[in-house]
Amino acid sequence: MGIEVMEDIRKDYVYDLIESGKRVDGRGFRDYREISVERDIIIKAEGSALVKLGDTSVLVGVKLDIGEPFSDTPNKGVLMTNTELRPGASPDFETGPPNENSVELARVVDRGIRGSEAIDLEKLCIEEGEKVWMTFIDIHALDNDGNLMDAAALGAIASLLNTRIPNERYGLTGEDTLSIRDTPVAVTMVKIGENILVDPNLHEENAATSRLTVISNADGTVSGMQKSGSEGLKEEEIVEMVEIGIEKAGEIREKYLGDK
Amino acid sequence: MKEEGIELIKDGKRLDGRGFEELRPMKIEVGVLKRADGSCYFEMGNNKALAAVYGPREMHPRHLQNAKTAVVNYRYNMAPFSVDERKRPGPDRRSVEISKVSREAIEPVILKEYYPKTAIDIYVELLQSDAGTRTAGINAASVALADAGIPMRDLVSSVAVGKIEGEVVLDLNAAEDNQGEADMPLAMVTRTGTITMLQMDGRLTKDEFERGLKLATNACREIYELQRTALIEKYSGSIGGGEE
Repeated sequence: MGIEVMEDIRKDYVYDLIESGKRVDGRGFRDYREISVERDIIIKAEGSALVKLGDTSVLVGVKLDIGEPFSDTPNKGVLMTNTELRPGASPDFETGPPNENSVELARVVDRGIRGSEAIDLEKLCIEEGEKVWMTFIDIHALDNDGNLMDAAALGAIASLLNTRIPNERYGLTGEDTLSIRDTPVAVTMVKIGENILVDPNLHEENAATSRLTVISNADGTVSGMQKSGSEGLKEEEIVEMVEIGIEKAGEIREKYLGDK
Repeated sequence: MKEEGIELIKDGKRLDGRGFEELRPMKIEVGVLKRADGSCYFEMGNNKALAAVYGPREMHPRHLQNAKTAVVNYRYNMAPFSVDERKRPGPDRRSVEISKVSREAIEPVILKEYYPKTAIDIYVELLQSDAGTRTAGINAASVALADAGIPMRDLVSSVAVGKIEGEVVLDLNAAEDNQGEADMPLAMVTRTGTITMLQMDGRLTKDEFERGLKLATNACREIYELQRTALIEKYSGSIGGGEE
């Protein structure tokens, strides 16, 4: 109970500060926290990345396996994205089956990658109707200080860019790297009062009434969006947020995803 | 996902004869269930959605009660026979996510602070689906809440826009959705113009997105009128003759 009271007090504090033009950690409204992306840190995974957004930390691993294609797409590989919000990452996370937040996180990341057609799923077909590569993107939240979404999405595409296809493990030959055609980047914004803030930290996330994630691609097209939170947004706010999202994604792409 | 084949647009018309900015035919019936506190049957083209509302009623389990407001639960469920390939009964990841965004689409209009420690339960059943099911469900749920007499700031109306063969079009059906290039469901509180749900997948340019947004918000206003009319028709007789 004590924690809840503290949260309420903190909400007011965050809100008042933002109304006076400041953020709790001193950032500008359009600034990300410090971002770091470390790739290939899990040698057992075909691709991996550890992404930090300030104190938020997410580890993404990509594994490839051989399986059967879905009957309606016999010539395509399978992509599956899963999230685990492990209890170690937050006192609010519990063990057990994934709750709606973790399902949403995984599905939004998945949608961004699918929408951008970053992975050429047809290239992952080994034998039509029989054997295809199954690509599993597993998002493991290590520490939640807010905005797991952007960290997870960045971790996913960063891992995919370095993913090897484990042909030798299955006695196959063929291309050894996963070909990635686009680099979708998620940018999450929240609305607090009348202000739009990029990359909310945990306190800001708690104080916000609504949140919008915009996933955009190298050519500036949008390949995924998700609004959440207990209140709505105005049409013109959404238009503005999409613009900010595309711009910020461009900056992140250039800095952290190479020239791809 | 794309299957080669059918042409979705012919001579400026869609497969089902609609123009690009045309909604599917809708049918709304208010108060169709006896036991629920409020209910609504909503058809949107071939979608058949049935919403039942209970509450405000006692919240179980108790530790989930909120001392300040009512807790809103929303459960979206597809009947196994509602789709071409039988859907395994019970919640899956898709329905968990849809339930969450649908609840968030509706919650802002409910005056939850009137009923602390209670639950308002919304159950939406898709009896037949043809793309846009979450939007049909939200339209039904919103009317069912009003039918239950739950104080609300306004109704919520919902529709999807998408892109097929390069064109931004309103209210995709399943054939269009399966081959489509983008899909963007949206929900809106009409009176204030507030957007309470927005999702998107596929690929849209910024310009297409903005056009789609306009198209969807205008269509929500159309749906809103139908929802409102349905409620007025149902209740105009019962309040001493009523007005309108």
